[in-house]
Amino acid sequence: MASLANPRLMLVILAAVFAFLYVPISVLVALSFNEGGLPTAWTGFSTKWYGELLRNGDIMSAAFNTLVVALVSTALATLFGSLLAVGVEIRRRKGRFLETIIFAPMIIPDIVLAIALLSFFSLLNVTMGLHTVILSHVVFNLAFVCSVVRARLKTFDWSIVEASTDLGASMPVTLFRIVLPVMLPAIIAGALLAFTLSVDEFIIAFFTAGAGRDSITLPMQIFAMIRFGVTPEINALATIVMAVSVVALTLSQRLNRGGLPGQ
Amino acid sequence: MQDRKPLYLMTPALAWLTAFMVIPCLLILALAFFRRGLYGGIEYTFTLENLALVFDPLYAGIFLKSAWIAGLAALIAVIIGYAAAFAIAAAPSRQQPILLFFAVLPFWSNYLVRTYAWIVLLNREGLITGLARWLGYDAELPRLLYTEGAVVVGLVYNYLPFVILACYAPLSRLNPEIAEASRDLGASGWTTFRRVVLPMTAPGIATGFVFVFVLSIGNFVTPALLGGGQFQMIGNLVYAQFLTANDWPFGAALSMILIAIMMGLLTLQTFATERASGAKREGS
Repeated sequence: MASLANPRLMLVILAAVFAFLYVPISVLVALSFNEGGLPTAWTGFSTKWYGELLRNGDIMSAAFNTLVVALVSTALATLFGSLLAVGVEIRRRKGRFLETIIFAPMIIPDIVLAIALLSFFSLLNVTMGLHTVILSHVVFNLAFVCSVVRARLKTFDWSIVEASTDLGASMPVTLFRIVLPVMLPAIIAGALLAFTLSVDEFIIAFFTAGAGRDSITLPMQIFAMIRFGVTPEINALATIVMAVSVVALTLSQRLNRGGLPGQ
Repeated sequence: MQDRKPLYLMTPALAWLTAFMVIPCLLILALAFFRRGLYGGIEYTFTLENLALVFDPLYAGIFLKSAWIAGLAALIAVIIGYAAAFAIAAAPSRQQPILLFFAVLPFWSNYLVRTYAWIVLLNREGLITGLARWLGYDAELPRLLYTEGAVVVGLVYNYLPFVILACYAPLSRLNPEIAEASRDLGASGWTTFRRVVLPMTAPGIATGFVFVFVLSIGNFVTPALLGGGQFQMIGNLVYAQFLTANDWPFGAALSMILIAIMMGLLTLQTFATERASGAKREGS
């Protein structure tokens, strides 16, 4: 590629694209520390808007709900997704139908899954709340965990499993004592990815949380606040949410080099 | 291993996916063919009215507008994303992973937050207005937020990192000797790019375009936040049928069309990619 590229032009392109990607979020982060809170005038550095967040009961309860949803759905998805990955990779024969089912949650438009689940829960007369959000989040979370774990299993040496079973270990013992320790970094990476996806997920939660005020998650709260305009509090909240995702996913990436979907 | 039946490993996950994805989606498919009840419920008689209503001029207009916005966003994202991927692929190979990492990093942060960042920039008292005043421009600026342009910018911004990834993959795999051979044989840099590099990296462009288009056409968050309350795309229409208008069968029919568009494009893209790689194999 380098032979075709004009170095100066390449530098200009990179600078422009990175500016486009980073200026908007940097402005947001900078404004969250602006004492006066106005976007047009810098009046000094302050962390008071972060303090305001802690005193805002709606935000704190939404954050707590999000944490519950993310932790429970991640735990379930990590268990089911990892088992699924091992189950699929052990089989020599790959079924196209099976692949489609496993792949579908990652590509199906959020809004379609959201309304499908809403219709499903209401036709069954299920009262909706945080529990239905959890049930729904496990759907896409387990698919992502499965894909991260499978990526790592591609390079897994199955002969150690055969050795273990030849020596008389049962399948559960082999899974727990042989496969799990080797696969742990990938499983944790998958769990971190699932956790972030769940923390950030808005559309499906919005449709499956029901009407109650006590089942509002953080993205739902952010959406409601954004619609009323720009406030320094949202800037602070947005900065925290962004930091959490970036830290969790950087960790996930480090644990599992090259294993994230799309990488 | 062949004699082992690992079905029990897959059972929990497959049962979950069946209960909370396959059945609900089939339910939506069925709903699209039922009649809307008098008070917003569902009447269980077969009808094609909902699907016909989708092609009613009123809604067809919204479909066309959504397709136009999604197409525009996909086109702009592909142009910027390809240029960025090209520049990354042309960088020294030790810097490439770092550049790629930082190109994708924003993609990992919350979608709402990334969209909100543009409200901060574009609103009436926002940064861009402030900047214009500071530069001495005192006249009234045209409205920036709550416009079609704002929606397109928001979509491009949110999905650009994926396009960069999709275009970088084939660009980085490209054998530099092929481009050199073209130059040695007398082709100009531009001709080499247009006749050699571009066709060989077309699958990445197609993947990026389809991805942005599919995610944009069903999007309801970005139009709702950056397009203002009056701005309607298919996603908002589906949203309204379920949460305000209470016409679930019509909402189901709309989302069926959405799925059909998505599957059609993905099939087309797979087909094109397979053909491209098939042609390459025959050529080698």
